[in-house]
Amino acid sequence: MARIEVPMPQMGESIAEGTVSKWMKQVGDAVQRDEPILEISTDKVDAEIPAPSSGTLVEIVVAEGATVEVGTVVGYIDTEVGLNALPPLEAPVAEPEAPTPPVAEAVVDQPPVTPTAVEPDAESGTPDSAEERLRTRSTPVVRRIAEEHGIDISSVSGSGHAGRVTKQDILDFIASGGAVESQPAPAAPAPAVRASTPAPSAPVAPAAASAPSDLWKRFYGEVQHPEFPIREADRVEPMDKIRRLTAEHMVLAKRVAPHVHSFIEVDFTAVDAIRSANKKKWAEQGAKVSYTSFVAWAVSRVLREFPMVISTVSGNNVIYRGNVNLGMAVDLNPGLIVPVIKDADDLSLVGIARKLNDLADRARTRQLMPDEIQGATFSITNPGVLGTLVGLPVIPKGTAAILGTGAIEKRVVVVEDPATGGDAMVIRKRCLFSLGYDHRIVDGADAARFLARLKEVVDDFPEDA
Amino acid sequence: MPDPLESVTSRGGLEVRWLGRVPYSDGLALQEDVVLRRKSGEVPDTLLLLEHPHVITLGTASTAEHVLVGDQERAELGVDLVEVGRGGDVTYHGPGQLVGYPILDLKPDRKDLHRYLRDLEEVVIRSVRSMGVPARRVPGLTGVWTDLGKIAAIGVRVSSGWITSHGFALNVHTDLTFFRTIVPCGISDQDVTSLSRELGRDVSLDEVRPSVIRAFKEVFGHGSV
Repeated sequence: MARIEVPMPQMGESIAEGTVSKWMKQVGDAVQRDEPILEISTDKVDAEIPAPSSGTLVEIVVAEGATVEVGTVVGYIDTEVGLNALPPLEAPVAEPEAPTPPVAEAVVDQPPVTPTAVEPDAESGTPDSAEERLRTRSTPVVRRIAEEHGIDISSVSGSGHAGRVTKQDILDFIASGGAVESQPAPAAPAPAVRASTPAPSAPVAPAAASAPSDLWKRFYGEVQHPEFPIREADRVEPMDKIRRLTAEHMVLAKRVAPHVHSFIEVDFTAVDAIRSANKKKWAEQGAKVSYTSFVAWAVSRVLREFPMVISTVSGNNVIYRGNVNLGMAVDLNPGLIVPVIKDADDLSLVGIARKLNDLADRARTRQLMPDEIQGATFSITNPGVLGTLVGLPVIPKGTAAILGTGAIEKRVVVVEDPATGGDAMVIRKRCLFSLGYDHRIVDGADAARFLARLKEVVDDFPEDA
Repeated sequence: MPDPLESVTSRGGLEVRWLGRVPYSDGLALQEDVVLRRKSGEVPDTLLLLEHPHVITLGTASTAEHVLVGDQERAELGVDLVEVGRGGDVTYHGPGQLVGYPILDLKPDRKDLHRYLRDLEEVVIRSVRSMGVPARRVPGLTGVWTDLGKIAAIGVRVSSGWITSHGFALNVHTDLTFFRTIVPCGISDQDVTSLSRELGRDVSLDEVRPSVIRAFKEVFGHGSV
């Protein structure tokens, strides 16, 4: 058998000694290699000391509270110790309290506990074929433990190589109450240290970890931006509040929702005609009806047909929103804010236009009320206003989709000539729409149907909107 | 959903997390969690930065005499008492104190606990100096001092095979009167101080944090991401 020393480890070049603050294992306990077996402390440091090898802790030489030089043997592990050195299994079970570690005097005065284990002659007896099979699956130590506890090894699931039952497996099996108490444990003397009186002062118990409030959310769900080195010609400025919130929102939005984008080309010729026809009337009413107002109106009439597009994935549920609240991205240059047109489906085209102008004006003069930028169930952004062909917008957190409208420009398109019934090239005002959608809840076909329906409304924009 | 830690940190880098004000016991639980994740290699070296509500902590070397207030007075002051498995004696934490919990794997080339303590001191010394306050070590003691007194306390733990936890507590704008409830780390003849006291103005945690992070990366050799 191999008796391995557990020395006070070298925890630092200038550290000459350490104090055993706590034995985490007791004599007789099985230990796994690298499993912490004791805690030591030096002036400002506590350290858990792992077992140098697997086996059984057979002796504690230095008790809690004692300070010894680095290199001093504090305990012994036996790598092959059999059951004889194990404590009676009933004893620890019967102890109502947490195991108490031994005190110094009791330990130091004891001669090393020499387990009387003699490798049993496993090959003796007349092995039948079943026994042969068992032997291929377990070591003599395991078999002896099994025998002495009346355990049929074949009923223990093995975690070792090729399903072999390891000693830990069988000890776990016993600990979990799997053993049939058909035979008492042998009357091997328990290691003397176990008989010693408990340490007078209990070690300081770690603070009970309370329910960790929302800390996990903060730690794992919060956005933190990596830092980069600053070069000589650079200028560093803190982000202002809007930028900071935007940055955080964008990271979270992208992190949570799997984004997919689909596109459709829309014809604004009908919209243009309505705009020209009503320009004078609207000017008299003091209303400025932009292309974006037309888009918002069309979207607001279509959305209710596609409940998944105004939904939100929330945990394992889907919240289908009851209101058509359109978040309208407004460029503040610099910065961006998304005021909300509440219940847009209740408003006429001119009503939407008025609301939109009011919100945009007050966004630019920073006069929006907090509730005017909350509660969007769908968003519209217009990168096309600056000539961009199309964008791939980020879906705002808590919604399922966002529409991006590209530049509205004259393009040559092929249409059916109503006069001849043949194809004809014509010049039309066209625009690309992109729909960014949360693929957890909106399928590609849903998006396609939504965009097709939206195109239908815009292409044939009703005159009485 | 990608692991948020992985998403912002390259391997071998340092993940820095500002957690705001965190109850002491929550901080302990989080450290345990991150220690295990660090051990499994799931997360890189991580520096948790936070502040605690008023709390007195007793290290494993604590003596009850070092808590100078009775339970009742302590409760009236709104100060918790927590026993904790780290080195060192009694410590006070509270608002205005920047607490750093580095969860580092000291393997393979930093397996020296004294060096680790000195490195943590160096982090504090450099960041305090960059704020214009000269600071130094006191031979034979762990922590950081200025001419006026002790400005930072240090106490660490290694577990799971050279994974660190606990760390340093730097007084930024700490209400120093709370230190009268304890004998700081068992040293009764040393006064305590803070950056605000040193500089004669109110210094915020936000102001100090970047210099602590910078100094930490310098001392521990974590390149930028």
